[in-house]
Amino acid sequence: MVTQPNTPADVSHALSLHGYIPDDGLATSVFLAMTLRRPLLLEGEAGVGKTEVAKVLSRWTGGELIRLQCYEGIDVSQAVYDWDYSRQLLHLRAAEATGESLGLTTNALEQQLYNERFLLKRALLQAIDHAGEIPPVLLIDEIDRADDEFEAYLLEVLSEYQITVPEIGRFNAVRPPLVILTSNRTRDVHDALKRRCLYHWVEHPDFEREVRIVRMRVPQVLDRLARQVAGAVEALRTLNLYKPPGVAETIDWAQALAALGRTELDEAIVEATLGAVLKYREDQDRTRQHGIADLVKQAFERGFQSS
Amino acid sequence: MSDVLAPHTPAERMAVTFARVLRGAGLRVPMGSVLAFVDALGQVGMQDRTCVYWAGRATLVRKPEDFELYDRSFAVFWLSAAHDDADQQPDEPLHITLALDDEPDDDDHDGDGAANDEPTIVLRFSPMEVLRDKDFAAYTTDELRLAQELMSQLRFIGPPRHSFRYRRSRRGSRPDLPATVRASLRAGGEPIRRHWREPGERLRRLVVLLDISGSMEPYARAMLRFVHAAVSGRQRVEAFAIGTRLTRMTKELHSRDPDTALAAAGRRVHDWSGGTRLGDCLREFNDQWGVRGMARGAIVVILSDGWDRGDPQVLADQMQRLQRITYQTIWVNPLKVTPGYAPLARGMAAALPFVDDFVEGHSLSAMHELAGVIAGAPLRRTSQVPPSKLEPR
Repeated sequence: MVTQPNTPADVSHALSLHGYIPDDGLATSVFLAMTLRRPLLLEGEAGVGKTEVAKVLSRWTGGELIRLQCYEGIDVSQAVYDWDYSRQLLHLRAAEATGESLGLTTNALEQQLYNERFLLKRALLQAIDHAGEIPPVLLIDEIDRADDEFEAYLLEVLSEYQITVPEIGRFNAVRPPLVILTSNRTRDVHDALKRRCLYHWVEHPDFEREVRIVRMRVPQVLDRLARQVAGAVEALRTLNLYKPPGVAETIDWAQALAALGRTELDEAIVEATLGAVLKYREDQDRTRQHGIADLVKQAFERGFQSS
Repeated sequence: MSDVLAPHTPAERMAVTFARVLRGAGLRVPMGSVLAFVDALGQVGMQDRTCVYWAGRATLVRKPEDFELYDRSFAVFWLSAAHDDADQQPDEPLHITLALDDEPDDDDHDGDGAANDEPTIVLRFSPMEVLRDKDFAAYTTDELRLAQELMSQLRFIGPPRHSFRYRRSRRGSRPDLPATVRASLRAGGEPIRRHWREPGERLRRLVVLLDISGSMEPYARAMLRFVHAAVSGRQRVEAFAIGTRLTRMTKELHSRDPDTALAAAGRRVHDWSGGTRLGDCLREFNDQWGVRGMARGAIVVILSDGWDRGDPQVLADQMQRLQRITYQTIWVNPLKVTPGYAPLARGMAAALPFVDDFVEGHSLSAMHELAGVIAGAPLRRTSQVPPSKLEPR
């Protein structure tokens, strides 16, 4: 069954059921991506949950999650398809050993070799040449790490949803995949690719949403602790740190506290677990300078408000 | 054009009108985005403010810097759409004109047409010598252009690094199976000739940070032109202007006259005389771009007199942070060292320990030196103690 939401609120509801609490903007963008069948480009700070969007979409729609991690120098043989050369060589040897190749022209031999059975399908081709009932979710992660040439190729794939393998022919997507691209903005993604996509900048969640996220992702944490953790993280984000904690760190921290059997924050435990939230020594120093007692106090105050 | 393609449906009308408002505010809105917005409106409807807002943001905006402009335009647009009477203009006309470029152009024509025609031929050889040590600040437009030509003979390339992409080679380190299979087909399946491949090479990214406050402006202009001219086509270059705030100029550097880019960046700087907030700008660069990946393994060139209005400690911290991730950090200081200069440059002193190479100069020969430094021997960093030549005299 192909999932098709009717309103952005449907998306919001469904994602929440599957472990992701989106804000209005993200819900609308995802809704549009699904109804308009356009790729969705997500940008935002590290750790705000960009990659997670694709995972939850896969859980919700039931479509297979196909992930392509980009890196500098990624090329067609790693992203689209490659030939299984060692098997091709073996096949050649076998054909020779059995005397089969004697009766064959070079052309015929070539046709045997460049056949779909020696074709290694990588992420993009897998997503296009998908036979299942449900369209897969294609996650193209950290597109900003790939280089321009690859982006240009991707543009072609994403606008036509087809891939040509010269030796075999063209693969067309029967049901185009739901495409999520993420970028950390180490460089600007090319405008042409951006135009092809819907765009959404993922923000840090606000306090109430973060509490809900913690409660959902770390169920063993009680409401009071969840509110304190979210409050402390909110305070940390105002400290002008090099790397303000993202949702991922909030969840890590809550998990760490839960593993230690804590039900409440105090100064000693914040000091001991600070490494779960802040990954730079400078940031930890700055927080200590600011005063951990102060942080705990702020967290408590936030925890009591409107609970 | 609006006669031929008059919008028909309410959604089309809304999309086209709003796109006009955005364009008036200075946003680039291509037609394809407007069509996508129409489609999006068809899905979410036009009644709910939140839905229209997000539909527009997902289809019409493509970078976070534009959100503020979008928000303001949307507020105005939604208000006027509700009243549905006059097409109000956004309260602040943010359209940036490129007209300032006329003046230098006129100078050019005058200079070319009138007096300079004959002497130019005679001076063909000598200007190089004259220009070599001439202060950029004293350049005329013509001299700047000539200098740029000279500069394009230099190359800011720097030592390459290994790429993850392989290329064919005669005696490589790894077997090239695709080529081997293809060759063996010709031999009826016998892999007689083995082919090899080896890692390719890539040029390092060059990041230029230009101080554009008051007295630095002519040097920034010259530097930008030289970067423009001297960089090899395959090399990726990023440029930023540092003033009271950080402005990215990479797009302008590639698509336009670098002078225009600099002028546009300069217009956004309000406080010319107050000195630069070097530390804060570097921090913004580190946070937003550098540490995230742009400066990693890159060659970073900072052009500044080191006069920092802010806390020197901030600058030192940020320089250290920057140097930790770059391949090479170069500081170019164009101001002549004068006795009165030292106390002003507390910032310079704070930054020096975290600079790999220091180039001092204000003329073409400084650019030569810079090119030499960049192309120089592979860098080996042993400690964070600066080489003695870095000591400010």
